Amino acid sequence: MGCVESMNYEIVLRDATFKESREYIKKTYAEFRDVEPGFKVFDTHVIGLPPIAIGLEGDFVIFPFTKPCHGTFLLRVEDKEEAARLWALKK
Amino acid sequence: MGRSVTGEPTTQPATALLVLGCPQVPVQTSIALYLISRLKKSDIVPTVAGNKAANTLLVVADPDRHYLGEVMDLDRAVVMITEKKRDFDRCFVFIHNDAGITYAGTMSAISKAKVYAIIYGEHYEDLVKQIDFPCITIAAKAVHNPLPLKKVIDEVAPWAA
Repeated sequence: MGCVESMNYEIVLRDATFKESREYIKKTYAEFRDVEPGFKVFDTHVIGLPPIAIGLEGDFVIFPFTKPCHGTFLLRVEDKEEAARLWALKK
Repeated sequence: MGRSVTGEPTTQPATALLVLGCPQVPVQTSIALYLISRLKKSDIVPTVAGNKAANTLLVVADPDRHYLGEVMDLDRAVVMITEKKRDFDRCFVFIHNDAGITYAGTMSAISKAKVYAIIYGEHYEDLVKQIDFPCITIAAKAVHNPLPLKKVIDEVAPWAA
């Protein structure tokens, strides 16, 4: 997932379990979308236990990113086009 | 000729994907090679998917490829299964941390394979409790010594299922 690694991202949460990161999104962001594993965010297929919550805050997209050795990170990335695409998804 | 997970004869050999976790727990590499050996003896074609370190540990341990077949990057495997370009009859996910649970849940959702969660490590009991998706759980407290986990795998005999 070199694409994510090259993005200008902010780490919102680290060393969390996947479930903790999902709960964090639902508690913290007024808007989020539930997606299935494999759903594409940017050029990455997100993984996780369904449903996977993707947070939205203006032009920012907040999504989980899991690595086998480092667990789940919650990343916050500003991208107007991708945010608009996700905002347009049905709740 | 192989058998599908439903037991029906197929013209294609049966296939299995081994999803490796972080290789920081030593038993993973040993059990992966053992499982590959047992699968191959049952005419099941194994493919390994892991990160670079986990894959390299296997490739270096089996330089003449007596056991290993195809080895691929884990992210690539997720993409191919998600995009329906490829799937497997069985999927074994190695789990010793929360990321492993996340990958197993993902495989359970995106793949038609029969998923086996192979859970080990110091905190294996806590991880077993987190399994809330369809899969067969194979679990033992195994960190350095692979024998407790091998014993449970032999009892389940997933190559024969």
